[in-house]
Amino acid sequence: MIILELQNLKKYYSAQRAVDDISFSIPRETIFGLLGPNGAGKTTLLRMITGIFYPDSGNILFEGKKFDPTKDIPKIGYMPEERGLYKKMKIGEQALYLAMLKGMSRGDALKNVKEWFVKFEMQSWWNKKVDDLSKGMSQKLQFVITVLHEPRLLILDEPFSGLDPVNSNLIKDEIFRLAQKGTTIIFSTHRMEQVEEICNNIVLVNKGKKILDGSVKQIKHDCKENIFKVGFDKIPEPFPNDIFEIVSSKENYLIVKINDGNNPAAVLQQFLAQGASIISFNEILPSLNDIFIKKVEDTKVSRQFENAN
Amino acid sequence: MNKIWLVIKREYLTRVRNKTFILSTILLPLFFIGFIAASAYFSIKSEEKEKIAVEDNNGIFKNSFQSDKVITYEFPKDVNANNFKEKGYSAFLKIPDKYDSPLDSISLVSDKQMGMSAEDKIKGQINTAIRDKAFLKNNINKKILDSINAIDEEKLYRFSAVIKQGNKTAISNSGLSYGIGFGSGILIYITLFIYGAAVMRGVMEEKMNRIAEVIISSVKPFQLMMGKIIGIAAVGITQLLIWIVLIVGLSSITTSFLSHDVLQHAQSVNTSMAPAGANNTAALNFLNTKNEILQAPWSLILPCFLFYFIAGYLFYASLFAAVGSVVNEDPQEAQSLMLPITMPIILSFVIMTTAAGKPDAAISVWGSMIPFSSPIVMMARIPSGSVPGWQIAVSMISLVAGFVLTTMLAAKIYRTGILLYGKKVTFKEMGKWLFRKS
Repeated sequence: MIILELQNLKKYYSAQRAVDDISFSIPRETIFGLLGPNGAGKTTLLRMITGIFYPDSGNILFEGKKFDPTKDIPKIGYMPEERGLYKKMKIGEQALYLAMLKGMSRGDALKNVKEWFVKFEMQSWWNKKVDDLSKGMSQKLQFVITVLHEPRLLILDEPFSGLDPVNSNLIKDEIFRLAQKGTTIIFSTHRMEQVEEICNNIVLVNKGKKILDGSVKQIKHDCKENIFKVGFDKIPEPFPNDIFEIVSSKENYLIVKINDGNNPAAVLQQFLAQGASIISFNEILPSLNDIFIKKVEDTKVSRQFENAN
Repeated sequence: MNKIWLVIKREYLTRVRNKTFILSTILLPLFFIGFIAASAYFSIKSEEKEKIAVEDNNGIFKNSFQSDKVITYEFPKDVNANNFKEKGYSAFLKIPDKYDSPLDSISLVSDKQMGMSAEDKIKGQINTAIRDKAFLKNNINKKILDSINAIDEEKLYRFSAVIKQGNKTAISNSGLSYGIGFGSGILIYITLFIYGAAVMRGVMEEKMNRIAEVIISSVKPFQLMMGKIIGIAAVGITQLLIWIVLIVGLSSITTSFLSHDVLQHAQSVNTSMAPAGANNTAALNFLNTKNEILQAPWSLILPCFLFYFIAGYLFYASLFAAVGSVVNEDPQEAQSLMLPITMPIILSFVIMTTAAGKPDAAISVWGSMIPFSSPIVMMARIPSGSVPGWQIAVSMISLVAGFVLTTMLAAKIYRTGILLYGKKVTFKEMGKWLFRKS
């Protein structure tokens, strides 16, 4: 079941192609990672999904129908990377106001705000102003405000930036809980360790184009470079062969890369023929971080200004 | 629509509940009335009595100088410029033996400034004396001269100017209509700046707090902009109404206080003595003006004022919003970006100063038709009562059309600007945004 489908989305600015023909779809009830280096076009993409920008061309389908901002906005929660709240407005009132702007009735909004404030131990904040909050506290408040109206699609742009580990975990747990309850979450970041921990599926964009798309497992598998870790009692002397190359050698293991056209069994046979005592043998899959860096470097990190035409 | 209403409510309530709003709304009329009352009071009560010693060796002025309540003239023998203070005089007036060229000087010596009205009065006394002397020299009987001088033109006729357009006539009172026109023009001028700047600051606040993106993911940029503009308009109308109530209330209290005490005093002075002091005349004028003011065409002025107040604000508010949306952290930037908006407002003010006095001059007529200047200039013309109905209609229609147009254009700039961070925007770029589709 697909909640959001993008078809050939394009958005050009005068100086660059911010989003250049991107298509992908997001299955319902997954945590979806939207990855890319700074300036890759992530924010523009998210702004189109949230109805802030109109695409120059292409379609957005939300729950199978053409995306209609006025109708679908109440079902989407968006926490932009640039956080913002009214500094001088009382926190309780502000939360109510923003929930009502999403189309909730006053009564429902009040009920939800109270629930969330209790859950995050924020009851005492009601009559305070955002000015009085620390950065981490206002981050927490921002998250609560984003999820108040029970969106079916929750879009979080760098949700953990500026949070200490305790609050990070609090929000991470909440994200998992929401996902379990059926919320689809788009998680935009360039922090790969978080993606590996949280996301089921990812899309990697760079320079306005999609360069990777799939489940985390699948992508890791697709990007593997036939690197294996072989553990020994005692490391054998190097010997010439055309089946593998030694990438690095440590006290009791070797990292080897198998040359094209060969398989792991051939490597083992080589070592056994040398009389080496193997105690372990396993494949090393690349981390998302490695994949990210490699893929992005292939397309050059800093995008140059170019003519859209 | 419901969402615009939410935005309006927030904009209105946060501003009206603000302490600065409450203070300025209540204190300004108090200050205004207090200022008028105090200046009227002090101009009459605290007038210093001056005693002037005159050295007049030819004895020409002795009989013609007339002392009044404020200035007394005396002609002592042994007083000079060095010792008048010790002898108990506030000034010393030396009249030379001969005066028949601009080089001959009659000098007034005092240890402090006498004030313009006192100096004028003394000069008036000298001039009258010289004229009287000339009349007498040419064999005009002293009695005849006195009777001529005693003519009070005010008692002989009343001057009235009438404006006749077709078969409609109206009493014209240019002084009054100038005053009302100028006053309403200035009021609109000031409120345009106050509330326009409030819109701009509101937009800048949303942009700088980065809440704009959060809100724009819930409401359309146009809804947010209009909500803010209408909310602040409501604040402005609230403030205006409170001011009117307070000013009318307080000034009726003040006039009752004034008319019992000061005005009576002023009137008695004025009737008992022919050359009344300028200040007394001013106080009397205050009483007369109050009656005259009630004769102005208020049934036309008030609805028009309300219209131009609101429509003028709407015309400029969206432009201020557009400027607020393209400003980044630097307030200096706001100054230079505001220039294209403030220039026409200031220019309208300049035209208004002409239009209040000459409501039918070509520049006044044109200025009151063009939406950029019409809110200020037309309000300066209307109190004269001589503005043809079709001109008011054209002016109003073009202003409404104008504000629809500026709002549409400004909304395009606003929508792009509000989400654009850390980039200095040039007028050229804004021009491009205007012609971009959606």
